[in-house]
Amino acid sequence: MATEFTFPDNAAKTAEAKRRPEPVEGLAAKPEFTTEKMSLSMGPSHPSTHGVLRLQMELDGEILTKADPVVGYLHRGDEKIAENMTYNQFVPYTDRLDYLAPLANNMAYAIAVERLAKLDIPPRLQAIRVLTAEMARVSSHLMGLGAFGIDVGAWTVFMYTFEEREKLYKLFEELTGARLTTSYSRIGGVARDLPEGWLGRVNAFCDQFLPILDEVLSLLTRNKIFMDRTVDVGVISKADALSYGLTGPNLRGSGVPLDLRKDKPYSGYEQYEFDVPVGTKGDCYDRYLVRGEEMKQSVRIIKQVIAKFPGGEWYAKDARRIFAPPKDKVLTSMEELINNFMIVTAGPQMPAGEVYFEAENPKGILGFYVVSKGGGVPWRLKIRSPSFCNLSILPKVCVGLLISDVVAILGSLDFVMGECDR
Amino acid sequence: MAIVPLERKPLTLAERSYLPGIVGGLKTTLKHLFQPNVTMEYPEQRPALPPGYRGAPTLVKDPHGREKCVSCQLCEFVCPPKAIRITPGEIPADAPTAHVEKAPKEFEIDMLRCIYCGLCQEVCPEEAIWLQNQFSLTGYTREEMVHNKQRLYELGGTLPDPHLKWDKKLAAEVAGGASH
Ligand code: SF4
Ligand code: SF4
Repeated sequence: MATEFTFPDNAAKTAEAKRRPEPVEGLAAKPEFTTEKMSLSMGPSHPSTHGVLRLQMELDGEILTKADPVVGYLHRGDEKIAENMTYNQFVPYTDRLDYLAPLANNMAYAIAVERLAKLDIPPRLQAIRVLTAEMARVSSHLMGLGAFGIDVGAWTVFMYTFEEREKLYKLFEELTGARLTTSYSRIGGVARDLPEGWLGRVNAFCDQFLPILDEVLSLLTRNKIFMDRTVDVGVISKADALSYGLTGPNLRGSGVPLDLRKDKPYSGYEQYEFDVPVGTKGDCYDRYLVRGEEMKQSVRIIKQVIAKFPGGEWYAKDARRIFAPPKDKVLTSMEELINNFMIVTAGPQMPAGEVYFEAENPKGILGFYVVSKGGGVPWRLKIRSPSFCNLSILPKVCVGLLISDVVAILGSLDFVMGECDR
Repeated sequence: MAIVPLERKPLTLAERSYLPGIVGGLKTTLKHLFQPNVTMEYPEQRPALPPGYRGAPTLVKDPHGREKCVSCQLCEFVCPPKAIRITPGEIPADAPTAHVEKAPKEFEIDMLRCIYCGLCQEVCPEEAIWLQNQFSLTGYTREEMVHNKQRLYELGGTLPDPHLKWDKKLAAEVAGGASH
């Protein structure tokens, strides 16, 4: 008599088993097991899905046979919102894409629209943007590493990276007036110039940061437990990484040296020297190594920017109908007052046309496709968000692994749902 | 252009024994144990806010106590989440500031909608609306969180005014009138 295992709570299975013909005597030597796949939802509120990602998993025991990311829980319709407001009014919404690196988003958006207007960007403004974008990269990677640490059981790392991130946020706060929602860019400029002595403080931060970064990384890089969890886990081949549209550290972790700061320099990145770290295997460990090294390279860029910080204007000079006049002019001159009203109510005046600009953000390539029919409001704005594309590889990379490996992979992909769902 | 492949050395036998990891981790923890605290006993201690901090938007008066807002409604227009609602009003002809002509009758900012973006302050042609240091606003009801004009002036207070544009205008008018 064959012993048949059925889940006790599964009535249909039992009924099915009853319908089966009695096995022929002699063939029943080997017991027959009918196992069943289990489906499990991870998220949308789960500590290791970093926001509101839901993973619909199908499990065979503890092995994944399927993993489908379900996105959209944080969808706010940013692209549609953009069509209903002037270019500058949309800047606060770009903060809320990748909310771990708002300064980098602000800059990418502003450059996209400026390319549409064919504005001449003065060197000082370019330097401010490079500087803030690199600081955003450091803060984003600090958060990414810390969260990755937590995901694989290393709490301490998170504490130390958060302490450093806090110092950066203090600097952001001083620069922009807010820690997280910086809204720093304007079309043709930035919201305000650098505060007195701020560059010196950034420099001081960089000096004390490098030894601390080494210390933090030393907690993980040669740590057996960490390596057991990450080495050869979630390997993404070069070909896969490219065909799934991965960008940023995740792509470079797989060994593809694509970095727009080198390949399609913008905002004066060509003046600075830095290396592009690439991984060799494409596993979680490589993605971790790439992020660690990128922070060092960002600090290198920051130091170069500060060393030769250009003087001059921090807004585009020729942007008469685009960049609002300074406050003291508005308060003293009738003409500038009218101009202020025009720019605010009609929006920065753009020519008709379309432009696609992509920037190397901390999470990958953030692209803005702006279609204008003239005037101060975009006709269509499309956002290409790196996290969305990076997540698309999950169904491919998770199959055949354990649940605990999925947690490590999610941590190593370092995505942000604000930008994925937008 | 430098592309650096990151090296991955296999663990040594000693490292594979978990011991260096444990000892190293403990060393780091011990080192940090004797360093000054980085956290803060909020709300007893409060963080120092830098100048230009973007807290809650408030309305301010000039040093002579005149309300600066002329209800041009530019901030209402620009506010991305549409948190501001203004009902414009006239200044009575016998008031000392009658030459300013307009002031808001009602001015409401819905702090449940406001995203502290600072655009209202940026566009205001009168420097009447300022994001000041208030960063923790709470309330028990939704109504409480809609700041009316009185509350906005309470929060805002008086700020120095380097321009005093309307006083200058009045002075010019008086001088002009006297010369006629
Ligand atoms: S606060 Fe400023 S922008 Fe708003 S209505 Fe008053 S004067 Fe106009
Ligand atoms: S800070 Fe921004 S959201 Fe708040 S009232 Fe001003 S414009 Fe509106």
